[in-house]
Amino acid sequence: MKKRIQFAVGLAFILLCTMLSLSALGVILFDIFAKGITHLTTEFIFGFPKNGMTEGGIFPAIIGTTFVTLITAIFSIPLGVASAVYLNEYAGNTWLTRLIRTSIRNLAGVPSIVYGLFGVALFVQAFQMGTSLLASGMTLGLMSLPYIITATEEALKTVPKGIKEGSTALGATKFETILLVILPVALPGIITGIILALSRAAGETAPILFTGVFFYQRYLPTSVFDEFMALPYHLFILSTQHHDIEGVRPLAYSTALLLLILVFALNLVAFYIRARYRQQT
Amino acid sequence: MSKIKIDNISLSFGPKRVLKNVSFSIQPHQIVALIGPSGCGKSTLLRCINRLHDDNDDAKVDGTIFLDGKDIYGPQVNVNTIRRRIGMVFQKPNPFPKSIEKNIAYGLKINGTRDKQVIRAKVEESLKDAFLWEEVHDKLSESALALSGGQQQRLCIARTIAIAPEVILMDEPTSALDPIATQKIEDLILKLKKAYTIIIVTHNMQQARRIADKIAMLYLGDLVEYTDTEQFFEHPAHELAQKYVSGEFG
Repeated sequence: MKKRIQFAVGLAFILLCTMLSLSALGVILFDIFAKGITHLTTEFIFGFPKNGMTEGGIFPAIIGTTFVTLITAIFSIPLGVASAVYLNEYAGNTWLTRLIRTSIRNLAGVPSIVYGLFGVALFVQAFQMGTSLLASGMTLGLMSLPYIITATEEALKTVPKGIKEGSTALGATKFETILLVILPVALPGIITGIILALSRAAGETAPILFTGVFFYQRYLPTSVFDEFMALPYHLFILSTQHHDIEGVRPLAYSTALLLLILVFALNLVAFYIRARYRQQT
Repeated sequence: MSKIKIDNISLSFGPKRVLKNVSFSIQPHQIVALIGPSGCGKSTLLRCINRLHDDNDDAKVDGTIFLDGKDIYGPQVNVNTIRRRIGMVFQKPNPFPKSIEKNIAYGLKINGTRDKQVIRAKVEESLKDAFLWEEVHDKLSESALALSGGQQQRLCIARTIAIAPEVILMDEPTSALDPIATQKIEDLILKLKKAYTIIIVTHNMQQARRIADKIAMLYLGDLVEYTDTEQFFEHPAHELAQKYVSGEFG
């Protein structure tokens, strides 16, 4: 009898916790959706900001976020995947590699503003990129690296040893085995990790704050050395820095909704790729 | 001349000695069964023959092995060439998570075959040689993982023979399979003998007796007996071999 009461109480507690966290999420989503959908018109999506951002659209911010995320991807994916392959397949298990692994995991916990300031020092000033798409993209790339490396390493670890040996025993070199057998098997996991890291980077404000984002631009960036607008920063400005915060609140909600949709779309792509690869194997 | 000559091979994993001065020779087109109780070093010895311990930093190999009189541990030797000439089938079927056709094409491609028609022909030929063609010819582009365990193992054998090795190593190839699948693999091994030299590790004494020309028995890293199959089962010379054959330990 006592056990049954314990079980019932435990179950109720777990259910309550689940409901609480889910409903918090639900309220946020519902709130943003309900208030954001009204302004989400084609003019809002494809238009430029007008009248001190109290009217018009956020097209430059969408383009800016898209481009900066693209640069982040170009910079961090090859570097991250290659690092993980090296750590997992080539490097021995020494105190040095253990130190490197621990450091990478710790880097994932560094506050994003620290990356932002580091990006100013390294990319904007030392490498003389100025405040630009390129500097911001690379700063976000640095921030994404630990996630991509860790996710790739985990994915590589799931590849069965028997498959690697099967390839080796056919006379394949280590490089061929990695490129043609191990990476394809680990690809769904790697891609999921990459997209999660990128969707996080797309929503970041702090790392781009000092490295290239601009609060208002009437033109689109034409080169990687231009400054740019970005959705998360635009949202930040509309919610806290604008002279008429109450007036632009509907626009802020629509911007938030659009950012959510963008991130959701990225995750959907990850889901689709995983499903497709699962079918093949 | 012997096809494979194992010359004074010793191997240790860290401080643990697993093989102690093992020497014997294998004639071409023979099937040699490596037997002995668990942990005696059979699989470890087998993996010395295609240098599969190379990537294991803990493993230290002394002595050497000759393939057609050439030292495979020599300084000039390309290990990938050795592994192409000495194929291996593993205990657990390990097809790649690709289609049946790609599983076989993989070995051909990495060994330099580019012509699609040649690859196609070799896929068919090796599947026929592995007696798998009838069962899979209409689903070559389907995943190899959808096959049964026995079919997967025959696919792994087809994959191995597709690149025309000279020697095939088999590490308990039937231990994960049911009796019918085992029977098929055994028939296959006997047929492969015409073209290849085969070294097979097995726990199954009846299997060793059915298919092997010679038996090499290992015990705690020592080669205790190496003789003709008939001789080994009828008149084992060594006391340990007598006890093992009679089932006193295993």
